[in-house]
Amino acid sequence: MTRPKRLVATVAHRAAILCYVVFALFPLFWLLKVSVTPNDLLYSEGVRLWPSRTVFDHFDFVLRHSDFPLFFRNSMIVSLSTAFIVTILASLGGYAMSRFTFRGKFWIVGLMLLTQMFPLVMLIAPIFKILSPLGLTNSLSGLILVYVAFNVPFATFLMQSFFDGIPKDLEEAAMIDGATRFMAFRQIILPLTLPGMAATLGFVFTAAWSELLFALMLISGVDASTFPVGLLSFVSKFSVDFGQMMAAGVLALIPACLFFFFIQRYLVQGLTAGAVKG
Amino acid sequence: MASEPYLYSAPALILIVTVMLVPLVIGISYAFRDMTLLDPFSGGFIGLDHFRAIAKDKTFWLALKNTVYWTGYSVALQFLFGLILALLLDKPFYGRGLAQALCFLPWAVPSFLSGLNWAMLFNPVVGPIPHWLYGLGLMSAPDNLLSSPTHAMWGPIIANVWWGIPFFAITLLAALQSIPRDLYEAAAIDGATPFQRFRSITLPFLAPTIAITVMLRTVWIANFADLIVVMTNGGPADRTQIVASYIFTQAFRRLDFGYASAIAMVLLALLLVYSMLIVLLRQTLLRER
Amino acid sequence: MASIDITDVRKAYGAVKILHGVDLTIQDGEFVVLVGPSGCGKSTLLRMIAGLEDISAGEIKIGGKRVNELDPKDRDIAMVFQSYALYPHMTVAGNMSYSLRLRKTAKEKIAKAISGAAEKLSLTPLMERRPKALSGGQRQRVAMGRAIVRKPKAFLFDEPLSNLDARLREHMRGEIKKLHQDLGATSIYVTHDQIEAMTLADRIVAMNAGIVQQVGSPLDLYDRPANLFVAGFMGSPAMNMFEGVYRVANGGSVELAQGIVVPLAGPASTADGTKVTLGIRPEHVVVGKDLAGGLAAEIDLVEPTGFGTILHSRAFGRDVKAFSLERGLAERGDTVSVSFPVERIHLFDTASGSRIG
Ligand SMILES: Nc1ncnc2c1ncn2[C@@H]1O[C@H](COP(=O)(O)OP(=O)(O)O)[C@@H](O)[C@H]1O
Ligand SMILES: [Mg+2]
Repeated sequence: MTRPKRLVATVAHRAAILCYVVFALFPLFWLLKVSVTPNDLLYSEGVRLWPSRTVFDHFDFVLRHSDFPLFFRNSMIVSLSTAFIVTILASLGGYAMSRFTFRGKFWIVGLMLLTQMFPLVMLIAPIFKILSPLGLTNSLSGLILVYVAFNVPFATFLMQSFFDGIPKDLEEAAMIDGATRFMAFRQIILPLTLPGMAATLGFVFTAAWSELLFALMLISGVDASTFPVGLLSFVSKFSVDFGQMMAAGVLALIPACLFFFFIQRYLVQGLTAGAVKG
Repeated sequence: MASEPYLYSAPALILIVTVMLVPLVIGISYAFRDMTLLDPFSGGFIGLDHFRAIAKDKTFWLALKNTVYWTGYSVALQFLFGLILALLLDKPFYGRGLAQALCFLPWAVPSFLSGLNWAMLFNPVVGPIPHWLYGLGLMSAPDNLLSSPTHAMWGPIIANVWWGIPFFAITLLAALQSIPRDLYEAAAIDGATPFQRFRSITLPFLAPTIAITVMLRTVWIANFADLIVVMTNGGPADRTQIVASYIFTQAFRRLDFGYASAIAMVLLALLLVYSMLIVLLRQTLLRER
Repeated sequence: MASIDITDVRKAYGAVKILHGVDLTIQDGEFVVLVGPSGCGKSTLLRMIAGLEDISAGEIKIGGKRVNELDPKDRDIAMVFQSYALYPHMTVAGNMSYSLRLRKTAKEKIAKAISGAAEKLSLTPLMERRPKALSGGQRQRVAMGRAIVRKPKAFLFDEPLSNLDARLREHMRGEIKKLHQDLGATSIYVTHDQIEAMTLADRIVAMNAGIVQQVGSPLDLYDRPANLFVAGFMGSPAMNMFEGVYRVANGGSVELAQGIVVPLAGPASTADGTKVTLGIRPEHVVVGKDLAGGLAAEIDLVEPTGFGTILHSRAFGRDVKAFSLERGLAERGDTVSVSFPVERIHLFDTASGSRIG
């Protein structure tokens, strides 16, 4: 290519990237903007890119006079517990998938793939029916149980791909050095998979943090509401207070973004491992 | 020890079976029973009544049509823009890491929040989009797209595209980066133009990834009701109701678990047929080559 | 230290048979090398001794005790892997002490053991490094160190030098031999490199396709290969092999292509007319200018190795390789005479491959 032509190509490339970045960030920017716009300016300056005056009243209200801190806490409990439990179970399962050839493996993989294929909405009614007599509706434990089960298959595939990247020789060497297989797993393999476990933790946390439909179905009281449910009850209220809603939205975004930057490096591996997952 | 792998996978397996497989089977049985949550006399076996009702249910047929529309446009646009983004990011440039992180950020936004976020952007009171569309002459008045009887579906679709581009971009980027660089160099030495290189190297290499991702993603999006539930709740007048959101509405708002399960089974059957068709199509295409 | 007894050991993966009944006794303190081409089952056998693979049939005893059912950790053996398998998250000292820590050995004892081993392998300045910060040769030494700190019953090596460059490999070969002379530990060493096998072994076990072909001292295998496989595998450049027919006449001779008859040292134990293969090592082929003394051969390739010269020639329609320490013996295109001294000829039955004289 000639020089001017290459320059044009470079400029076009950067411009295209810029378009994508703007498109990706604009809605979040607007979210932030509305959350700091005072109510009296919200409508009069509806289309302005930035309000002439910014306030933190909405955050103040949401944090001090609403149930959102409770929702936030509930969501944190649910998402963190889910993430930790799933990571442990998936580490064990993924290890078995990666290191053993056994007769049931084909069926287990098949079962896990199946769970990724059918519409989860199918399960809403039966799960409600099963959990309700057990006292697990309207409870965080019930939600955690359901989320753990939903996320375990994908996380197992993900962990398997991380274990596959660790040479088998290492635990064989450990076993010859005098370790049982489980000790070799714990002392040699797990420390080496820590980054992978962190990524799995992040993926599952994000998934649990975002889950809406089962939370709506299984939780009806305020006490056990998660963030999505709480936020949605805002929408169904008679008049929507956009400022407060968006301030709450910003709060919901913070943990998700933190985990995102944390697992960013593993996105490619994660999404290839469980190409089905959102 | 032969039982060792089972010990390691047992906890995960038990959970999957009890919380997913058993409810799935029970759910299938609901489809043939009269199951309403608040009605203590319900639970009886009613054969295929639900399915007969579905056949006559206008909303179901509308939802089915909407599902095709929603899924088709969402997947096509997500894929197209995702591919372009992946190609753009495949080239090294200063600040690529940051640009990539920012472009992928929508993936991390919880789906309910992206729904609310976009609903607000479409809202003429606080959002800019109606005013822009009006300014461009695309709308006769700055109205809310989400309440348009003809175009409401585009609201959730746009939100979905925004939210789903990173998924395709990430997957395709991974595939792109696994193409050996020396192939491009060899082709360049052989005198291939960039477009010829794209067609003769990039596309064939990406084809398997594209096929599998598009298929899985189609199934996933057809089932993905969050955005619609949050943004329009199926309205106006079921114009944005897709089958998955309709199932949720039946179960959650009407508490008619039997009917919801029956619709879910129909959806599952349709998705299975779709997957099978794709697999068959792929095989015939492969055989012809 | 302990002896190792392997009795009719078999291995199959499903229907695929990998080892077809291996019998082998390794004396206490002996250095045995398993050699054979890639994929012949050497690693499989070694891993079965280590306890990393199930034993499909047969019995393995270490120190007279059956170990078939024992986990690797209970067999008290040490192993050096081709990949070294160093624990990336531990320092050199951590790698070397891991087995002792697992055994809850006292701290002072561990310190003494690893500093002793480190000294032997000149690793002392590297003790606090992670494997990532070591060169290939250093990693190899750490792997050795990890094995020797334990004073195990036996050492197993699976191609431990394959990932090193030629020089380093030669050096480490010497180190391993010295180490064995020092420690006198029972060792089984797997390699596909016959030079390694020859130089290291007290006894070599030559394997092919899951079957032991010959067991013996290195020179035994070299001088009296039991069959065509061993004859062809041991030695470089490889032995010349010519197919022919055995003739009882003249006290035993072989009729090669083009009616050439080569006399033998004595009659072989086979019938007249049997298809046989005559083998002669290149270094035993005598090359001369005097055509009367042997078979006429035309030189078509000369390969100087510095140490000597490999001459490729064509005689009686066959390729004949000769190796000579002399330089400038012949040029490409020259016609020379080649002859096969009777006492250097190996004779094999072509059909069965076994040695017959
Ligand atoms: N887990 C396995 N399943 C099936 N075949 C195997 C397995 N491991 C090794 N093999 C086969 O066993 C044969 C011997 O392998 P190995 O002992 O590693 O050979 P080598 O002599 O090169 O060390 C090879 O043909 C290999 O393909
Ligand atoms: Mg091997």
